[in-house]
Amino acid sequence: MITLENIKKTYNKGTITAVKNISFAVNNGEIFGLIGPDGAGKTSLFRILTTLLLADEGRATVNGFDVVKQFREIRNCVGYMPGRFSLYQDLTIEENLSFFATVFGTTIRENYNLIKDIYQQIEPFKDRRAGKLSGGMKQKLALCCALIHKPDVLFLDEPTTGVDVVSRKEFWEMLKRLKAQGITILVSTPYMDEAKLCDRIGLIQKGEILSIDTPANIVGSFPEKLFAIKSSNTYQLLHDVRDFPDTASCFAFGDALHVTFKDQSDKDISEYLCAKGHTDLVIESIAPGIEDCFIHLLKN
Amino acid sequence: MDAVIKTEKLTKRFGNFIAANELTFEVGKGEIFGFLGANGAGKTTAMRMLCGLLAPSSGKASIAGFDIYTQTEKIKRNIGYMSQKFSLYDNLTVSENIRFYGGIYGMTRKDIKTKTQSLLEVLQLQNEAKTLVSELPLGWKQKLSFLVSIVHDPEIVFLDEPTGGVDPVTRRQFWDLIYYAANKGVTVFVTTHYMDEAEYCNRVSIMVDGVIAALDSPANLKKNYGHENMEDVFYELARKAKRQGD
Amino acid sequence: MKQLIIFIKKEFLHVFRDRKTLLMLFGLPIAQIVLFGFALSNEIKDSKIVVADYSKDAVTTKLTDKIAASKYFDVEYNLQSASQIEAAFKKGTIKMAIVFPENFAEDLMHTNKATVQVIADASDPNVATAITNYVTQIINDFNSQLSNSSPQPLQIMPQIQMLYNPELRGAPNFVPGVMALVLMLVCTMMTSVAIVKEKELGTMEILLVSPFKPLYIIISKLTPYLIISVVNLFVILILSSLFLDLQVKGSVLLLVFGSILFILTSLSIGLLLSIGAKTQQAAMAGSLMGMMLPTMLLTGFLFPIENMPIALQLLSNIVPSRWYFLIIKKVMLKGLGFSAVWKEISILTVMSVSLFVLSLRRFKIRLQ
Repeated sequence: MITLENIKKTYNKGTITAVKNISFAVNNGEIFGLIGPDGAGKTSLFRILTTLLLADEGRATVNGFDVVKQFREIRNCVGYMPGRFSLYQDLTIEENLSFFATVFGTTIRENYNLIKDIYQQIEPFKDRRAGKLSGGMKQKLALCCALIHKPDVLFLDEPTTGVDVVSRKEFWEMLKRLKAQGITILVSTPYMDEAKLCDRIGLIQKGEILSIDTPANIVGSFPEKLFAIKSSNTYQLLHDVRDFPDTASCFAFGDALHVTFKDQSDKDISEYLCAKGHTDLVIESIAPGIEDCFIHLLKN
Repeated sequence: MDAVIKTEKLTKRFGNFIAANELTFEVGKGEIFGFLGANGAGKTTAMRMLCGLLAPSSGKASIAGFDIYTQTEKIKRNIGYMSQKFSLYDNLTVSENIRFYGGIYGMTRKDIKTKTQSLLEVLQLQNEAKTLVSELPLGWKQKLSFLVSIVHDPEIVFLDEPTGGVDPVTRRQFWDLIYYAANKGVTVFVTTHYMDEAEYCNRVSIMVDGVIAALDSPANLKKNYGHENMEDVFYELARKAKRQGD
Repeated sequence: MKQLIIFIKKEFLHVFRDRKTLLMLFGLPIAQIVLFGFALSNEIKDSKIVVADYSKDAVTTKLTDKIAASKYFDVEYNLQSASQIEAAFKKGTIKMAIVFPENFAEDLMHTNKATVQVIADASDPNVATAITNYVTQIINDFNSQLSNSSPQPLQIMPQIQMLYNPELRGAPNFVPGVMALVLMLVCTMMTSVAIVKEKELGTMEILLVSPFKPLYIIISKLTPYLIISVVNLFVILILSSLFLDLQVKGSVLLLVFGSILFILTSLSIGLLLSIGAKTQQAAMAGSLMGMMLPTMLLTGFLFPIENMPIALQLLSNIVPSRWYFLIIKKVMLKGLGFSAVWKEISILTVMSVSLFVLSLRRFKIRLQ
């Protein structure tokens, strides 16, 4: 559905390289997540694929159309939700929706079943101006507007950034339902925990792809044994584990530390930590998550 | 507890709408206090009141010992503030920014100089002192923003979603800085959407529909609500929220 | 087609929901006309004038007294030499000088006629006209008084000289000027800001990634301002007619046609400005700096173009309001027909078409 070949993008007369050399493909009907922090190049990639920017080098196609030569065809069949909230603040929910329906040559009626689940949540507020909605509601509205013309591909650039946990969960439920309707979705997010909700993910940092695979495979390819260590004094624990000579890496993950050892074994650390006075010590072997993998890939 | 923030039934009404409803809590010196809540729960309103930016409708509060009604200027001078939107001046260098904000807070030139030195050391940015902020990677900017917000050694620093959009390694480095500040006795009042960051706090409060629905250490909250992590605790409390708009 | 109409409707919604813009769009023209109209229509009293009496006879003294007694004038007796008077005019301390030449009474007795020079500072033409009229009235009155006590009619004739603004441009001058300025400002500034606002907010991105043709985007952005400007035009004409006694002497249709051409030109300029500007502030600044200044200085209503240096005269040829100003004056004030303004109309047509085509071609269909 979407292909990219050796895409390179620079700004400011070549002084800033946003995308170094990216190639990958997104299959029909899958949810593909681009996971990476700000500045990784996600938005640039989105803009190239939605034909808003021209890449310096490389080729890309969407739904079989070339992004440069056949941009009009692409613009007719994709739905796009840009990073910031980009709907009309001074128009109401309903006005925004009917406007975009018209722009795409359709009506709200025609494709209502597609957006029904989402729209019903904001419908009670349909006369409220878009500028006065909460973050979660704005996302829902933007999603409806991007879907209203039944696109073949949906490009969602950081749709859940700045939105609270509850709305984020709901949003991903909606995406799953859309996938069931056969829409291909390319979504970007800085939240690692959303990665496992995608079919395949691409980890991206500083304009380069670190890894592309299903979440399960990425996690499965984590090369070291991962341990979680907890104690009653997390801050002190952090220092002590870092000072331990056998520690390879140690990162805080909420109330636990995720640690890898040079010899892949945790045998000596328990004694060491008890000696340091840590109580309620818990050391267990755990399966890595996407964030662990990302951090690991970043280091190398 | 040695309370640097003390509120008693702090309330803010906008017409008929009660944005913050009788908030009562205390935050101790050197504490890392997580202030969580869904969008529209009233977090921003509450923070603005505590920063001296918004006058409450009723209730009492003192920040760093200053009264929230009559001494807002003193409050502003004794707190630090950093948010995603607040950023350094892109077209000034690192040291120019430090000098500027130091000046705003009334620091002497000598103090600014020493402070600049120590800040740059902590961040290992000594070579970048004369670099324009626009040329720094985002992660460095965030960290620098944080340190600049405490350049005048305030008692409390308010952080409004400081780690949004930053890569996981930088996020943790940022929290290293927060620990560093807390250890020096600075009270850190932080809001965040990352639930794992809630775990780094000493205590956490969760606002729902304008009231504080829960306030305790992360360990206790997980025990009381019977969940493995803060995300599930938050989810349970937030999904009951009635407020959707604003 | 239906798409276009709905899009235009949306644009109208945007315009009407922005209170500040509304205030500017409707309030500004009205305020300007009322200000310019009323501000200059007060009775003028106690104007400082000088009487330079080189004859100093009974007649001149009497006439001087009469003039001094009038509520309109405040006679300054201390200035007598020509150079002093000239300096005073330059400084602006006097508005008029009345000069009686030597042997005034003798001339009057022997020839039944005498002239008195009346020199007025016409840089404020309304004041100049008013006070010269007052003085003329007083002199005529004096004439009839004198004539009563003499067998033959005696004629003291004022020889009026208008300084600095011999053509006496007043309200008839300002209304066309204001029309051009206001229409141009509204169209250029508002249009450019409207388009850049869309870019700034990010909604332009979504519009571009859609089947919607850029041409439609442009047309729908321009249409509300076109219609509002025509409405403003009529409001100005009506107000001028009611309050300033300024009717359209020629064909209203021709005037409206010329106005629409000018509006289109200004809209296209606004469009061009918006393509380059990244922020609304830049768009506004560009319109103000780029258009307001030339319009005010080079249209010809504040400063006559013929008196300008050649370079500026040439420059004024590319300022659209200059040509529009001529159309208004010829059609509205002198009642002339198409044959008199065909040149200006053609120039405006060429300008609007080429600017529109140019901006259409340069309209960015991508973000960079």
